[in-house]
Amino acid sequence: MRCDVVVIGGGPAGLAAASAAAAHGSVAVVDLAARPGGQFYRLPADAPPTPLAAECAARGVTMLTGRQVFLVEPGFTVHTDGDAVTADAVVIATGAHDRPVPFPGWDLPGVLTAGGAQAMLKGNRVLPGRRIVVAGTGPFLLPVAAGLASAGARVAGVFEANSPAGFVRHPGVVARHPDKLVEAAGYLALLARHRVPVRRRHTVLAAHGTTEVTAVTVAKVDREWRPVKGTERRIVCDTVAVGCGFVPQVDVGTALGCATDLMAGTPVLRVDGRQATTVPGVFAAGEVTGIGGVRLSLVEGTIAGLAASGVDVPARLDRRRAGHRAFAAALADVYPVRNGWLANLTGDTLLCRCEEVDHDTVRAAVTGLGARDARAVKLLTRAGMGWCQGRMCGAAVACAVADLTGGAADPTDLTRRLLAQPVRLGDLANDTLEDR
Amino acid sequence: MSEVIFDGRPLPVQPGQTVAAVLLAAGVRSWRTTRVAGRPRGLFCGIGACFDCLVTVNGTPSVRACLTEVQPGDVIATQDGAGRAV
Repeated sequence: MRCDVVVIGGGPAGLAAASAAAAHGSVAVVDLAARPGGQFYRLPADAPPTPLAAECAARGVTMLTGRQVFLVEPGFTVHTDGDAVTADAVVIATGAHDRPVPFPGWDLPGVLTAGGAQAMLKGNRVLPGRRIVVAGTGPFLLPVAAGLASAGARVAGVFEANSPAGFVRHPGVVARHPDKLVEAAGYLALLARHRVPVRRRHTVLAAHGTTEVTAVTVAKVDREWRPVKGTERRIVCDTVAVGCGFVPQVDVGTALGCATDLMAGTPVLRVDGRQATTVPGVFAAGEVTGIGGVRLSLVEGTIAGLAASGVDVPARLDRRRAGHRAFAAALADVYPVRNGWLANLTGDTLLCRCEEVDHDTVRAAVTGLGARDARAVKLLTRAGMGWCQGRMCGAAVACAVADLTGGAADPTDLTRRLLAQPVRLGDLANDTLEDR
Repeated sequence: MSEVIFDGRPLPVQPGQTVAAVLLAAGVRSWRTTRVAGRPRGLFCGIGACFDCLVTVNGTPSVRACLTEVQPGDVIATQDGAGRAV
């Protein structure tokens, strides 16, 4: 099909972009999931559509769901595992996935991402386990734990590796966003009612079990996330939900040639005030331009939708975006991923889950084979070459390599994927890829 | 009630649930072994990014359990390594 603007990703940013653009031309949204909404507006199959999706439908937006985008060609042709879509402008709103940080036993069944645990609950009304430990860093851990506890899980503890005391460095930002404090207080009150312990500066050192997780060891950590000796404690659980922030899904943009910047240790698509990337006609909005939460995603999406339609962007949207970005910057400062987790790895701890590459193998590539960066390590060890194409391990491998070489951690090379998704040969054969 | 068959046994399903949700609700935690070390794997990222939850559905191997919605009567099977088309 052909339209004026094609939006890749049907989460808050993508739906806001589509809604804004639909007032000025024809719009299609392509999304991997069966229903639009992304991670934030994820709903069970029998729930009515989220209001923003309903608004898009009312404005005549074409929703192409259950479609994987594997490549966007200049011009623009969006190739999917269904029919291709051509458009004059593209809005990339592909969001982000959880950033896991490896620890011994993190590949055991029962260890899953915090976002995955929440998605299971929000989309399917199924609890991923009965006795659940929630760990990692960032404000997202609180709604995940609160949701699990409300749905009947026994949450054995929330372990936050950083400390929210860091917000004292950002008094102005906190004062301008009282709603965020109220939201966090609500989750904490709910967790207190369910008698869920919430510990700051604590982390999961290891998950134990043979065929699935049966317990974890948690410990206090210092500012750099190094475990404090003598504070280790074993907690029985059947599930561990972990997340250390998020990794933006930039691959569709980088394959088009869009420039990236490193933000909080992972690449994000670089955009200007109109949410335009460095490639003319390609715009980006939401978490793919930097992790900032739903309100920032909605504003950025609206701006990107207007800009992709060639319409002026009202100044009030600029101001709203600036406020949300200031809060996002404070969050990134308070909840960083520190390097102490590396000291906690054993030689046989997997870094790359797909290709089953452990820390010893990565170390040998640096110290024995002379690799000086993450890309060389990937070529020598296959770390990042498996099914997920480095989505889960990219940031971790970059940190491990930098730790061994003394260089700076940069996973950008590990996130370059010519094809953003695995493609079946039949889909390629049926596609309209142009010869070049 | 609707059912699917997992490794020969019937499991109850709700309309619109994913394969991963049906398996977890039935207490099944892993449904694949890895290619190299034969380690058990199940749900990890839960949103289609990690490919850990690959499973064989109606003879098609390497389907993401977290994205694929079940249809009543589906035949779901654990997968060894890269799996085999049946």
